[in-house]
Amino acid sequence: MVDPVRGTTQTGNVVVEGETIRSVGEESAGLRIECEGLVCTSGLVDLSSHLRQPGREDSEIIATGTAAAAAGGYTAVSAMPTTEPAMDHAGIVEQVLRLARETGRCDVFPVGAITKGRAGHELAEMGAMHEAGVRTFSDAHHAVVSSQVMRRALIYARTWDAIVANHPEDTSLTEGAQMHEGAMSSRLGLKGSPREAEEIIVARDLILAERAGARLHVPHLSTRRAVELVRDAKARGVRVTCDVTPHHLVLDDSNLVDYDTRFKVVPPLRTPDDIAALREGLQDGTIDAITSDHAPHPPDDKDHEWSYAPAGTVGLETTLSVVLAELVDPDACPDTRGNGTLSMAEALALLSSGPARARDIEGHGRPIAAGEPANLLLFDPGVIWQVVGDELRTRSRNTAFEGHEVRGRAVHTVLRGKFTLNDGKVV
Amino acid sequence: MDDLLSIEDLDAGMITRILDTAEELKDIAVRPIKKVPVLRGRTVCNLFYEDSTRTRISFEVAEKRLSADVINFSAKGSSVSKGESLKDTALTLQAMGVDAIVIRHSSSGAPRRLTEWVDAKVLNAGDGWHQHPTQALLDLFTIRERMGRLEGLNVAICGDVVHSRVARSLVQGLRIMGAEVTLVGPPTLMPSHVESWDVAVSHDLDGMLADLDVCYLLRVQNERMAEQFFPSVREYARIWGMDIDRLEVMPDHAIVMHPGPMNRGVEISADVADADQAVIVDQVTNGVAVRMACLYLMLGGEQTGAATEVTPA
Repeated sequence: MVDPVRGTTQTGNVVVEGETIRSVGEESAGLRIECEGLVCTSGLVDLSSHLRQPGREDSEIIATGTAAAAAGGYTAVSAMPTTEPAMDHAGIVEQVLRLARETGRCDVFPVGAITKGRAGHELAEMGAMHEAGVRTFSDAHHAVVSSQVMRRALIYARTWDAIVANHPEDTSLTEGAQMHEGAMSSRLGLKGSPREAEEIIVARDLILAERAGARLHVPHLSTRRAVELVRDAKARGVRVTCDVTPHHLVLDDSNLVDYDTRFKVVPPLRTPDDIAALREGLQDGTIDAITSDHAPHPPDDKDHEWSYAPAGTVGLETTLSVVLAELVDPDACPDTRGNGTLSMAEALALLSSGPARARDIEGHGRPIAAGEPANLLLFDPGVIWQVVGDELRTRSRNTAFEGHEVRGRAVHTVLRGKFTLNDGKVV
Repeated sequence: MDDLLSIEDLDAGMITRILDTAEELKDIAVRPIKKVPVLRGRTVCNLFYEDSTRTRISFEVAEKRLSADVINFSAKGSSVSKGESLKDTALTLQAMGVDAIVIRHSSSGAPRRLTEWVDAKVLNAGDGWHQHPTQALLDLFTIRERMGRLEGLNVAICGDVVHSRVARSLVQGLRIMGAEVTLVGPPTLMPSHVESWDVAVSHDLDGMLADLDVCYLLRVQNERMAEQFFPSVREYARIWGMDIDRLEVMPDHAIVMHPGPMNRGVEISADVADADQAVIVDQVTNGVAVRMACLYLMLGGEQTGAATEVTPA
């Protein structure tokens, strides 16, 4: 057992009764599942999943997206407002929640749009969406560029102490940009997105949030300077949290050499130095969560010239395994780093309790203790497997980790005492 | 030779072979019947997703002089405007048994992607800001023809480098062949991380004219002014435009080049464009020979032996 909240590891039984954990360590009289060699931890929590329903059912639906989540070890995901029409009013929030109740295999926490149509101009009805269950507002990969709109959004969201998560990109610097601006973009002849486009908005949002006393979440950091800005702000007491994706922690812009559109993501893949900074941010606690940013696109959409292909990679089924393979030393004890970037306990905290805390996701990422909801993940930390897009449960195939050898795989996922993944099969 | 996507894929030996082949093939243009049968029975498709009459005609002339069957496909008014993707178009051409595809596309990397979908040889006729390899080869050919060599020459490439596939390809070609390259122009038109390019950079055209063997002027598009890369066309012409006064500072043997189409009065004044030192018309003539050489080496080389052994059809 690796408890992500307390950072403790132990061997023993977890007794589940109904929807909750009854005890830890005692013998159980009922159905017994042998977990020899498996790690038991809190179910994973994702802060950014594009489930696409309603509107883009050819990419993903809530049933397939949450099945992918269960297969990846998640018990809770945040549904981004990249629906069509945009999730910018209570009606769509309720529709998503209903679909999730009827067809979902994990809890779904809708993220409402900050502005109408995610267009960055007029505030969406946050109050109605909050009443429907929304705790975080974001325009997904559309940045709120207007400082005035962003300032109002932060101040207005304070009504409920809600969280505003703004995509950090000054779009006046990135019009037509196709990748990270650097030697590689220069060589490939693709317009570059400079780091400062991200850093300017991070800096501005931190200043606005600080003055407003509001809660800010900075999603998918990708540059060294952006990590430093958040680190400094946290030290000053700004109410800010942030996350990073596995692809930004592992892949750099040299992967783009053959214009393979699987590597087209937003923000763009940066450089080894940025990757090092992101990893330092994980180690010192600046970064609160690792997020899949699961962005499914059907093959017909990705099979285009680079500049016509949409950005995004799927991630719900690979995030745990990529993190274990790339950041965690397989020979180290669960609570020590060894030669890895993170200890296993730290990695699991960044995948469950960290994100749950950062975004007020209740009932998930909790300690493994009596009385807690039985939202659990059991995974085999040793199994080595190869990522093959065609074998994933998500409806789309666009994985930036195609062909990568990764480590560790979910075996059982338990949502409130019931299997959503049982012996590797989605239930 | 396999696909021709980028100058980066070639080495000095291969470039020399292409230029030597082009030199032999250039003679065909002065024969009474300008045609040899080396690509008879081969089908070449000119797949142009971006308008370029000059380049398309140059390829078409090259293909016809080699007796290839030529298909012209222009995106305008085609299935593309009905929403067909490049992949679907590629699969259609594949199904029709096309031997080579000459592709021009506004999206960098499109020719590279095309190679994943077809067995036909792919020849890049310009993709986005990325590469224009036959342009670079015809420029190298023209320089070698005039100067007798490429190694050790002092070449300035002046103007809008950042948006120029011509500059990207030519810089690589010149460096592979041992020439020294200086990029000249306003810093806003220099590529980011230009230090990774293995060239010198200068913003002072006047300061370097006296030492140049070749001054290569790039087309400066009017929209760059609208995008505030520089304040006005007049200011650009005054600081970085080639005019007669500047031409006179250059050594007598030096040449002026331009890939066309020219903005007379902006990057090049009308009198320079028509001066003896300007080899812009030679570039166009040599373009046909170089494209013949590339197609010949890609499609015909192994079966028929040297091009010049073939008698006129």
